[in-house]
Amino acid sequence: MTRTDKETLLAVEGLGIAFGGLKAVNDVSFEVKPGEVVSIIGPNGAGKTTLFNMISGVYRPGSGRVRLGGEDVTGMAPHLLARRGMSRTFQNLQIFQSITVLENAVTGYHLSERGPILADLLSLPSSRRRARAAETGARDLLARVGLERAAEREAGNLSYGSLKRLEIARALALDPKVLLLDEPAAGCNAVETEEIDHLIAEVAASGVAILLVEHDMKMVMRISNHIVVLDHGERIAEGDPAMVSRDPAVIAAYLGADAEGIHADG
Amino acid sequence: MSELLQFLFSGVTVGAVYALVALGFTIIYNASDVVNFAQGEFVMLGGMITWFAHAAGLPLPLAALSAIVVTAALGVAMNKLMIEPARGAPVVSLIIITIGASIFIQGAAQLVFDKQIHSFPAFSGDAPIRVGGATILPQSLWVIGGALVVFAGLWVFFTRTLLGRAVLATSNNRLAAQLVGINTNFVMALSFAVSAGIGALAGVLATPITLVAYNVGIGFALKGFAGAMLGGMGNPKGALVGGFAIGLIEALTAGYLSSQYKDAAAFVVILAVLFFMPQGLFGRKSADRV
Repeated sequence: MTRTDKETLLAVEGLGIAFGGLKAVNDVSFEVKPGEVVSIIGPNGAGKTTLFNMISGVYRPGSGRVRLGGEDVTGMAPHLLARRGMSRTFQNLQIFQSITVLENAVTGYHLSERGPILADLLSLPSSRRRARAAETGARDLLARVGLERAAEREAGNLSYGSLKRLEIARALALDPKVLLLDEPAAGCNAVETEEIDHLIAEVAASGVAILLVEHDMKMVMRISNHIVVLDHGERIAEGDPAMVSRDPAVIAAYLGADAEGIHADG
Repeated sequence: MSELLQFLFSGVTVGAVYALVALGFTIIYNASDVVNFAQGEFVMLGGMITWFAHAAGLPLPLAALSAIVVTAALGVAMNKLMIEPARGAPVVSLIIITIGASIFIQGAAQLVFDKQIHSFPAFSGDAPIRVGGATILPQSLWVIGGALVVFAGLWVFFTRTLLGRAVLATSNNRLAAQLVGINTNFVMALSFAVSAGIGALAGVLATPITLVAYNVGIGFALKGFAGAMLGGMGNPKGALVGGFAIGLIEALTAGYLSSQYKDAAAFVVILAVLFFMPQGLFGRKSADRV
């Protein structure tokens, strides 16, 4: 797969952050275009989630810029980014545990469901129409991620894999331009992983720019247009899946510098 | 018989005040899981500011309105200066901060106003209304009506409006709420403003009956807390029922046992609730996933 020549939607320029003396992420740059899947890979502790947290406004970057559709959104709060079309999921899940699956998905329509508060108070037809539209949309999304039969269950009772898909459904409800997925397949079985795989491809095909952090290398190689490899917070390689998987620096980072030595001994 | 009725009347009156305090607890608790022990100080401020403004020459309705607005603004300031900087701290720390805020507000009120006991005229005169051999003050009807109106307003707000549900979402998972586009800072500021406003309203309505001084807040806070706990923290219906129940228990204890035990009644209720029914009458049972 090659990169499209469309306008860049999300641009990350020299992004870095330090916690105390530790440079968790240092001078990382890349860009994502509409319809593209860009993956961030790297060993545990490489700074992938930290990078995500900076892009999505959870952390304020120590240096560098994030641009969304040309606008500088560096360090902007998550709710403002949501209004500008950025949506994300979390490695460690951010779900409203005590309400139902359907209600969780409906919260994704928070922005599009907003109307005059007086209309809500009086339960005017316009308010009920918005609420109905949100519910219909939420049910469609749940069907899309395969959770339609769990709609009325309390979210906290779902399996980890199902919650992952619920989070994706809620993120999609915002009708995002950029979707950040942090390990969407973690904790999912092979069948579920393949479903998520298809779902991501489908969402990308609809023109959404997707930024992915994932450990499942088969999945990454299959669906990415472009891969950025991090190690110890630094970008050590970048390119299409074939290029990256041959890169000696990448192999060393994953298997350890002594990998060849071990093989020689064995 | 008329004796019982008289006790019930006074119980319902004071219960309505506790219900208003409990409703104030409900809002901030719903937005942040924090029990705001400065809630009683809002009641005190409502009474004190109204008295002060009225004594300074403002007509009573205007004095009452200004008290509510000023107290709501102080609630927002409290959130901005004390709660927001400690964001991310455990809920227990935030609760302790509200206790500090309560002591601070009490001290400041002592300096800004004075240490005397104050009152202002009842809204509809002082002529008691006779009902079945007992009497009830017109001001009591104001207090009871106030509690019911505030309850109805909150009920509709939390169940019907998107903003109300945004408040609930914020308490359930702040990060997730931000992800779907909820401005959680605004939600917090709003809930402090509304809570403080309701507290002040309670002070405005109750002062002609209960009188006000700089140190009455803590009593209201504890009784209102008992009511909110009894009803189930976070549930407006629970706050209303719990508040009235505490008022009635208190009045009946004072009437049939001894007025010395009046204040103990609320605390016996807190202990009983914590031992036997920690989720309260209307609260949801919670079970943590392990």
